[in-house]
Amino acid sequence: MSLKTINCSPVFMPYMPKEYLDLINKGPFGKEMKLSQVGSVKELLEEHPMCEGCAMAYFIRMTLIAIPTPEHSVIVGTAGCGRLSLSQAAIPFVYGNYCDTNGVATGIKRGLALRFPEQHKDVIVMAGDGGLADIGFSQVMHSWFRKEKFATIMLDNEVYGNTGGQESGMTRKGEVVKMAPVGKQFEKIDMLSLARASGVAYIARLTITNPARIVNTIRKAILVAREIGPTYVQAYTSCNIEYTIPPEKVMDDARRVEQERYSFVEEMSDAAREYLEKVHNIK
Amino acid sequence: MEIVKPQQTVVTPEHLLFEAPRKRAYITGSEAASEAIKRANVDIAIAYPITPQSETMQRVGDLFGQGYVRDYYRAEDEVGAFSAISGASRTGVRCMTASSGPGLMRGLEVIASWPGHRVPVVFLIMCRVINAPLSIQPDNLELDYMLSTGNIVFHAENQQDFFDYTLAGFVISEKCEVTLPVAVAVDGFFVTHARGWVEMPSSDLKLPPRDCYREAVPMIDNENPPIRIARDAPIQKSNFISYQMHASWQQEIHAAQERSRRWIYKYLGGLIEVVNPGAETVIVASGSAVSQSREAVRQAEEMGHRIGLIKVKSLRPFPVEELREACKSAKRIIVPEFNCAGWLNRELRATLYNHSDAEIAPGPRVFGGITMPTELILQWLFDKTGNCR
Ligand SMILES: Cc1ncc(C[n+]2csc(CCOP(=O)(O)OP(=O)(O)O)c2C)c(N)n1
Ligand code: SF4
Repeated sequence: MSLKTINCSPVFMPYMPKEYLDLINKGPFGKEMKLSQVGSVKELLEEHPMCEGCAMAYFIRMTLIAIPTPEHSVIVGTAGCGRLSLSQAAIPFVYGNYCDTNGVATGIKRGLALRFPEQHKDVIVMAGDGGLADIGFSQVMHSWFRKEKFATIMLDNEVYGNTGGQESGMTRKGEVVKMAPVGKQFEKIDMLSLARASGVAYIARLTITNPARIVNTIRKAILVAREIGPTYVQAYTSCNIEYTIPPEKVMDDARRVEQERYSFVEEMSDAAREYLEKVHNIK
Repeated sequence: MEIVKPQQTVVTPEHLLFEAPRKRAYITGSEAASEAIKRANVDIAIAYPITPQSETMQRVGDLFGQGYVRDYYRAEDEVGAFSAISGASRTGVRCMTASSGPGLMRGLEVIASWPGHRVPVVFLIMCRVINAPLSIQPDNLELDYMLSTGNIVFHAENQQDFFDYTLAGFVISEKCEVTLPVAVAVDGFFVTHARGWVEMPSSDLKLPPRDCYREAVPMIDNENPPIRIARDAPIQKSNFISYQMHASWQQEIHAAQERSRRWIYKYLGGLIEVVNPGAETVIVASGSAVSQSREAVRQAEEMGHRIGLIKVKSLRPFPVEELREACKSAKRIIVPEFNCAGWLNRELRATLYNHSDAEIAPGPRVFGGITMPTELILQWLFDKTGNCR
C-alpha cells in the first residue's frame, strides 16, 4: 500500500508546509471522501489559475472529491484549460502532447498492471472537447475499441477555450465563434453514440447543476473502468469567457442547458451494473 | 491463450554483451533486431506496421506469443504507439517500438517529447524514403530530423551492430545519469532484409529487468514519495521563471546526452571506429555506407593507396573530440551518404571548422533507394589517372 509514501520521515514533519501536513492529516488519502465533508477536509485541489467562476474548475473540484482511491490514481490531461488546475492537484498528473491522452493512458494502465498485478491503479483521462473529440479523437476511439480499462472524462465547454475561443467539433451547429465566422457548419459530434457503438461499459452525460450527481457519476466511471472496461463521462462545463456568461450566471446557464439539450444520461453494461452493485454496493 | 514463460537466466549486461560465448548465425537485420529483443527482458512492445520495419515488430509479436515480451499490441497509428510507449515508460517498465520514414515523421511530435519526459525507451528506426512521392526504398533523410530531438541516436552499419546496439541501447537508456530514449537506426532493406553473419549469446540469457527507482526522475506509479508528482510541469506561463525552467530542462537533456558518452565507450566500444589511422585521404561515414566504404578502402589498398575510414556509430551525442583527433592528418575527406541533405557532411563541417585544414568534399550522396556502388566512392577518391584527388 502506498499510503506510506504520503507520510514523510517523522523528523521532517515539523518542517513541512502546513498544506502538506493538512493533506496527510485531513486529506482524502486512504478513505473515500463524501460530498458532505467538503469544507471540513483538505481537498486535493485548492488553488488554481482558471477564470473566476469557471464551470470547468468547479467540475474538476467535484471530480477530485469523487476519486475513490486518490493514493492509487493517476490523471492524464493535455493542453487545454483543465490542466491548469489538474496540474496543481495533489495527485500524479501526466501532461503530454495535445492529442495523446488516451494513448498515454493506455501505456500507463498497462505498465502499472504489469508492475502491480495485485494492486488496482486507477487511470483517469480528463481533457477538453477539442483534445478528445478533435485532435485526440482517434486515440479515444481506439482505446475504446481495445477496451482499455480507464475512464475518459470530457470537459465539454463546446469551444477551444485555452487558445481563445475557436470552433471545436463539440461546438453546436450555427454557433458563431472564432474560425467559424459564419457559424459552425455541422452538428455537434455525438460522442455518446460513438461510445455506445464502441461498447464502452459505462457512459454518462451531465452538467454541473448537481454536485452529488457529479461525485456519484465520476466514482462509478472510475470503478467500472477498474474492472470491467472503458468508461466515458461527458460534462457540460461552460466557458464563461468565450460564451460571455457572467460568473454569477454560470449555474443558471447550466440549468437552462441541462433542461434544453444536455439532460442527464447514464447507461451501463450488465456487467458494469452487477459489479457496482455486488462489489461496491452502489445502485 | 495461456502463455508459458520461457526459462531465461538474468545475467549482467557485461556478461551478455561481452563475456557469454556467442554462436554465429546468418540472418537478416530484422531477425537480428528481434533476437536482441528476445534477450532484452522487454515488458511492453507496441507495433504499427510500415515497410521495412514491419517484419521486426511482427517477430517481436511472436516473442510476446512465446512469453519473451510481457505485453504487446498493434496500435492505431504511430502517434498512438509512441504516446502509449511514453505512458508505459513513465510507469517504470521496459519499452520498445520501431518505425520507418513516414511513420517516424508522423510520430515526430511524440518522439521529440520523449527526452523532455525523461522516458527510457529503445526506438528502432529502419530508414526509408520520406514521402513524397511515396516510396518504400532505403534513404536515411529521416535521421536529419532525429538529430535535434534530444534522443540519443546510434547508426548501425550491419546486422551485427543492429543486434549489439539494440541491447546496449536499453542499458544506456536506463542509466541514472542518462534516463533518455535511445534510437537505434539502420538503413532499410540493405540491413533489414539482407543477411549477414551475426554472433549472438544464447537466448537462454537475458538482461536484468529495468530498475526504475535508480533513474533520474520519479516513476508515475504512486509508490514513491512525494505524493504529488507532475513530472511534466506545465511551464507554459509567460513569466521569466517558466522560461528559466524550460531552458534549464533543455540544458539538462543536453547534459544527459553528454553523460551518456562514457557508457557508449563501455558498451559500443566508442563513438567512432577508425580504420587506417593517420591517413591523408579519409572517408567519414555512418550506417551501411560504412560497409561500402570498407570495400572501397580494400580496393584502394590493392591499387596501392592507404585510405582512412572513420565509422560514426553515435550521431547523438556526436563524436566531436574523436573526429577532430582522428582527422588530424587528413588533407581530403569524403562523406558518402544515403540522403540528399548530407546531414553527416554538415555535422562534420561544423565539427572540424577551425580544427582542420582538410578539404571536405560535398559527397558522394545517393538517395531515393539508389545503391552506393563502390566505384562511386572510388571516383570521389581518385581522379582518372588513378591518383588521389
Ligand atoms: C499539436 C498541437 N496542436 C495545437 C495546439 C494548440 N492548442 C493548445 S490548447 C488548444 C485548445 C484546447 O481546447 P480544448 O481541448 O477544447 O480544451 P479547453 O481549453 O476548451 O478546455 C489548442 C488548439 C497544441 N498545443 N498542440
Ligand atoms: S477560458 Fe473558459 S474554460 Fe478556460 S478557464 Fe476561462 S472560463 Fe474556464
